[in-house]
Amino acid sequence: MYKTADGREIFVVDAHTHFWDGSPENQRNIHGKQFIDCFYAYHSALSPPEEKWEKSRFEKYSEDDIYRDLFVDGPDDMAIIQTTVLGDFYKTGFGCIERSSRMAARNPGRFIVNGAFDPRDGEKALEYIHYMKETHDITGVKLYTAEWHGDSRGWKLTDPAAYRCFELCEKLGIRNMHVHKGPTIIPLSKDSFSVGDVDDAATDFQGLNWIVEHCGLPRLDDFCWIAVQETNVFGGLAVALPFIHTRPRYFAEVIAELLFWLGPDKILFGSDYAIWTPKWLVERFWNFQIPEDIAAERGVQLTDEIKEKILGLNAARLYGIDVDAKRRDFADHPVLIAAE
Amino acid sequence: MEVPTTGKAAAVWARLARVADPELDEPVTELGFIERLCLQKGAVEVDFRLPTYWCSPNFAFLMAEGIRREVAALPWVGQVRVRLLDHLFADKVNRGVNEGLAFGTIFAEEEGGDLEELRAIFAEKAFQRRQEAVILALRRAGMGADEICRMTLGGLGRVRLGEDPGAAELPRYRAILRETLRAVDPGDPAFVTWGGEALTPETLPDHMARLRAVRINMEFNGALCRGLQAARYRTQPEAEAAPDQPELIDFILNRVPPREAAASRL
Repeated sequence: MYKTADGREIFVVDAHTHFWDGSPENQRNIHGKQFIDCFYAYHSALSPPEEKWEKSRFEKYSEDDIYRDLFVDGPDDMAIIQTTVLGDFYKTGFGCIERSSRMAARNPGRFIVNGAFDPRDGEKALEYIHYMKETHDITGVKLYTAEWHGDSRGWKLTDPAAYRCFELCEKLGIRNMHVHKGPTIIPLSKDSFSVGDVDDAATDFQGLNWIVEHCGLPRLDDFCWIAVQETNVFGGLAVALPFIHTRPRYFAEVIAELLFWLGPDKILFGSDYAIWTPKWLVERFWNFQIPEDIAAERGVQLTDEIKEKILGLNAARLYGIDVDAKRRDFADHPVLIAAE
Repeated sequence: MEVPTTGKAAAVWARLARVADPELDEPVTELGFIERLCLQKGAVEVDFRLPTYWCSPNFAFLMAEGIRREVAALPWVGQVRVRLLDHLFADKVNRGVNEGLAFGTIFAEEEGGDLEELRAIFAEKAFQRRQEAVILALRRAGMGADEICRMTLGGLGRVRLGEDPGAAELPRYRAILRETLRAVDPGDPAFVTWGGEALTPETLPDHMARLRAVRINMEFNGALCRGLQAARYRTQPEAEAAPDQPELIDFILNRVPPREAAASRL
């Protein structure tokens, strides 16, 4: 919960977090090393200096770390773990649903652990979706279309194999599709700019929510256009939000575009932990105003009411979270971490 | 590397400044991508590196090709060798560029595709970003929509932007009009869409909104690239040895707290 200067208690759902293991022991090859190094560069480049971590902690952090950073020192009430497997780069996966679920079980109700699947696995992908539903009762997945897989260098949401997976998700009530459309790993020309496959998939699967992570940046205009057309397309703020520190005016332009096109009900806060920690992001976001000239041009402003939606209420709606019940529950059951 | 200011190395550097990162439309020399120059008689070697190991190989290829082409244009240069460093596809890019092979041939396995379409996309984005910068500068100079839409190439040539932040983009905008849109007649309109349509005071606001979106995307790439480049090549052993000491990059990224604040934390 984030407590404002005037005493309001804001319910925070961090819709984009990770519990990864990028340590050298888990790296399968040079790509695994370069991948976590690249994440660390994001972390280093956009974090305020006092929020910067040691490399070794960044590569692999503990269960205590994540609870402390999100819920004790940080303002999150709940967090959604996005599973990014990257099996070609990491021995047990970069993110792993089993490992995340074990961690989440320590304080029930705080985490929603999302799954992941790869449609290129064909029948196995369908079996795996069944497994994730039955074993972990997942309600959402992270889709990483740029992931390598054998000789393949990526897939599209509109691939027939992907559609079979989405049909199954819809049937099983796995409704939240978090699509990574942001800076990609090795974007070759065929997928460098396109968020177009979201448009088709969202039209064809109206019963699913399509959360486009990183707002499709650097294709913000295309993304906004799609999100205006499709009522079931949402934008995740991960990666865009840290610019609030390094380049606040730029962040203002991005959020103004999103508010203008999508409106306040379709934007979701996400820290992208552990690339960034939610404490400073939420504090700065709450105290942020769009500069007057930009606000005037787009006719939008970040009011407290809108910030509250973005920080938690929008994600709560997508995930069927009863905010009042959760508030009461969390007041009675503070997060426990190991004794210092 | 340090920017050479004299002799043949300076001439090479000036040619390299004409090569832009296609995604950002900013010169590779200003982005800090050029790592090493080596001149031996008529032979020139250029090493460059990018912000991440994962940077798109097609962008890398375009830059490598540009470097080779620009340096080879100097009359005294006989041989050019371009070397991309620290990149997943460094070997492929280097072989392709130095042996004059097409991108599609080198990256057939990865479904790299054709670069021409990509070139066209980038040309349009560069045009739009430069145009926005110039129009915003003219607006700041007090010019109205009517006057902007009526301006001719000849008129644009007489514009002086002085200290305005958009001033640097004016010659670059004129260059792309001339070289890509083939607008050369002084009576041609100075501001048109990429498709060549004239702008009117009625269509200008929507047009500017589109240009702004293009800029937001390109700035996102630019800011990330600079940040990642800095983080990657901030020489790691030193950084680990003295993690609390701000370096040049910390000042550039405004990460250094004011002295009083730093002192009060002790």
